Amino acid sequence: MAEAILEVRDLVKHFPVRVGVLFKRTIGQVKAVDGVSFDLYKGETLGVVGESGCGKSTLAQVLMRLEPPTAGTARFEGRDMFALKGAELRKLRRDIQIVLQDPYTSLNPRMTVGDIIGEPFEIHPEVAPKGSREGKVRELLDLVGLNPEHINRYPHQFSGGQRQRIGIARALALRPKVIVCDEPVSALDVSIQAQVMNLLGELQRDLGLSYVFIAHDLSVVRHLSDRVAVMYLGKVVEIGTEDEIYRQPSHPYTQALLSAVPVPDPQLRGRREVIRLAGDVPSPVNPPSGCRFRTRCWKAQDVCAEHEPELITRVAGHPSACHFAEAQVVVP
Amino acid sequence: MSPEDPLAGSSIEAVYDGEQGEFVAERKTGPLLEVEDLRVEFRTRDGVASVLNGVSYYVEAGETLAVLGESGSGKSVTAQTIMGILDVPPAVVLGGEVRFHGENLLAARPSRRMEVRGDGIAMIFQDALSALNPVFTVGFQIEEQLRVRRGMSRAEARKRAIELLDLVKIPNAKGRVKSYPHEFSGGMRQRAMIAMSLALDPELLIADEPTTALDVTVQAQIMDLLRDIQRERDMGLILITHDLGVVAEVADRIAVMYAGRIVEQADVFALFREPRHPYTEALLASLPRLDLKGQELTAIKGLPPSLARIPSGCPFHPRCARARDVCTKDVPEFRRLPGDRFSACHFAEELVRHG
Amino acid sequence: MTDPGTPGLETFAAAEVADLATADDSALQQRKPRSLWGDAWAQLRRKPMFYVSSVIILLVVLMAFFPGLFTSRPADFNDLNHQSEPPSADAWFGYSFQGYDIWARAMHGARATLIVGLLATVLTVLIGSLMGIIAGFYGRLTDSFISRFGDIFAGLPFILGAIVILTTLNPPGTTPSEARIVIQVVVSIAVLSWPVSMRIMRSATIVARQLDYVKAARALGASTRRIIFRHMLPNTVAPVLVYATIALGAFIAAEATLAYLGIGIRPPVVSWGVMINDGKDYVQTSPHELLFPAGLVTITVLAFVMLGDAVRDALDPKSR
Repeated sequence: MAEAILEVRDLVKHFPVRVGVLFKRTIGQVKAVDGVSFDLYKGETLGVVGESGCGKSTLAQVLMRLEPPTAGTARFEGRDMFALKGAELRKLRRDIQIVLQDPYTSLNPRMTVGDIIGEPFEIHPEVAPKGSREGKVRELLDLVGLNPEHINRYPHQFSGGQRQRIGIARALALRPKVIVCDEPVSALDVSIQAQVMNLLGELQRDLGLSYVFIAHDLSVVRHLSDRVAVMYLGKVVEIGTEDEIYRQPSHPYTQALLSAVPVPDPQLRGRREVIRLAGDVPSPVNPPSGCRFRTRCWKAQDVCAEHEPELITRVAGHPSACHFAEAQVVVP
Repeated sequence: MSPEDPLAGSSIEAVYDGEQGEFVAERKTGPLLEVEDLRVEFRTRDGVASVLNGVSYYVEAGETLAVLGESGSGKSVTAQTIMGILDVPPAVVLGGEVRFHGENLLAARPSRRMEVRGDGIAMIFQDALSALNPVFTVGFQIEEQLRVRRGMSRAEARKRAIELLDLVKIPNAKGRVKSYPHEFSGGMRQRAMIAMSLALDPELLIADEPTTALDVTVQAQIMDLLRDIQRERDMGLILITHDLGVVAEVADRIAVMYAGRIVEQADVFALFREPRHPYTEALLASLPRLDLKGQELTAIKGLPPSLARIPSGCPFHPRCARARDVCTKDVPEFRRLPGDRFSACHFAEELVRHG
Repeated sequence: MTDPGTPGLETFAAAEVADLATADDSALQQRKPRSLWGDAWAQLRRKPMFYVSSVIILLVVLMAFFPGLFTSRPADFNDLNHQSEPPSADAWFGYSFQGYDIWARAMHGARATLIVGLLATVLTVLIGSLMGIIAGFYGRLTDSFISRFGDIFAGLPFILGAIVILTTLNPPGTTPSEARIVIQVVVSIAVLSWPVSMRIMRSATIVARQLDYVKAARALGASTRRIIFRHMLPNTVAPVLVYATIALGAFIAAEATLAYLGIGIRPPVVSWGVMINDGKDYVQTSPHELLFPAGLVTITVLAFVMLGDAVRDALDPKSR
């Protein structure tokens, strides 16, 4: 069993809701991430899925230390990530990088591609001496499948898929160990998604990377992930290997989610388990008591409002946060 | 057409004649909507983009036609041309016809086109927040149509608006009729937009990526809703999307677009079982599937072409694994194949899908 | 495209086309890579408004720094024999009540007018931008304080505020030197106008701070200085630039107003505002005394406004 390169325990991130003119009062908290724990093992891809409002993007921001956590710990190779400051923090940044969703806003439009990919070297001059930088940038362009001759072009001269590759090249520059991918293919055309996904897969194999792969597209996540965590309203409701989650989901939300994903096979019409959730996702400012999913769950009983179910292994060999967890085959 | 209909595909339909009290056979008058050889150009500062290069398809009443394509394929522009909401200039309609019940809308007066809009053909869009006017309540936007186009009184219109919101399963319709678009969640907004589009009982609904911006569980709800509504009203539905999964679940027929052309058209089962165009074939092979794991994704190499510089011959040839010499020179004809399907590929007959 | 943030209907098709226009990866794309600034410059050169306004501004600048090119007479040239004469071949703008050659005076007066306009703009933009960046970048309490502080100044009526400031600095009866009065007018204008540029910079900064590439830079470990100067400033400068060109025109008009009220530039210093002030009493009898300097002010202000419009259009990414 590989060692855990990233250990997250009880991570909490609340955003205060403030009103006021000069001195703002806090009248509530958006509980974006409300107690998330997981491990990321070396060389694996952990998929994090959930719909809008589940907190997965906030999770990415906190892991990248772009937002300070409200509570909880995260250990990178045993060291407490949130306690690092100054030079130590800068060193950490070399090991854990991010690829963002929107290829149109993730690159500074006024910098050339060479500058963008070279910036990590400027910020961390100890990684590459000045003379070698251009060479490394060209190497990176080649690594992600772009023409190194385009080093002096501007982002707007590239397509969406190419820009995403540039973003990946930038994330790879410092040879990180972990890359947090925040919806890296969601904004791309279908025919381009496969290119970028294949690229991510290759890079992982060739460079020994570990990914936290955040996405809302369950088909995409299944393809790249070794293990998957399902999030709802700031909590992980189920976590397991890709096989366990897709073939034996035990949490009702996971089951509903899988049932809703369209599969490109018309022969399956009328033959799939149809689970439709009623209503809307509750507000993260005021999540339901006990189990957060109970307001839309067909299995909800009194105990669900009183006791929040813990994320422990109940059935089917993997943790699930439901009092009535029951494995069911949903994916045909 | 559903497989159970014995008259499917024929030009005869059984119509109930109330006077005689029996079913009589009547000749159908042609499809509900027919687009023929539509050509549209965009004249921009950076050059002329050939956005539509001879697009033809049709929809029957009660049928769902999915128009499948990626960005730049021209699927939205076709819909906008049908509705008459294209930005002219920079767009220029060079030729072709859009026949609604046989009448060519492109040749009709602007006032006639406005009549058809909403009443005959309605459209819903991807982003309800920008398609709905943010400064008017949802109720007002529905009622306005009813009062202006149907001459209803304020009270009648209000009643009907509440009925429509109920129809699209918005809870507490009576209360929410006074809400503004931004007060709804994404899925609810989409439902409100659907309600608005149904106000004048259109015969055909064009849905341009209606669920792309929604969460998958909400998407499922909305697609169910559209299907139910369509069945109840025997409405034609043109579903514009890039999502092959959605298409597989709801479409009757599919028209695949690439670089401003239809490259393949077939009924849904046939298309997925045996695609007869390399683009369709490649798309299917490049999709990650929920029910499969570990299969190698065969990515389509290259990029969709720039519409200002469409490749010679077959526009797909630079990315096609089967391209040969003739593909770079001759534009393939959109021709009929056995099984009532069409394909624009020189080698359509040779494509046989494995597995 | 699977972009949930897709803009409204009217740009659907345009977005499709625009995106595909750049998707060509072939080696045939020999066009020299053009930055956004280069693109904006090319756009600007296409507009006739740009040329017209540039010509006018150029002329005014020449008048300001090389009045000798336009007139051989000094600023204080005086010939009471031609008092209040209408325009003639000798004096293109005629003579004033005091016997000044209006054309010559106007040529010399351009300098003070332009300098006040330029310096006031520069000062306003500098103060405003600095406060705006700090407020936008740090947010929270800092933002609250700076914004409220700016609101106070924005709430002061311009004329009233200027009167108070300038009469305090120069009690009636005193005659400040040219340098002194110019600086005082510049400072007064800037003090009363900086909130506008502050707000512009602040909102641009707030937007820029949320942008993904700024997040990516932070994730790389970029220092605050690098983020502000490399990533945010180049992208927030555009709206301020547009404002600056328009403000220049407005501040020239402001100078004229203050001179008219007698609290700004005053004789022996000459500016167009001073000339308007001098000419106001004789509108009925010799209107040319007022009309020509007023006309010059109007044309100059218009030229800057037109330039601002053209610059804004050129920098607007949507019009690309």
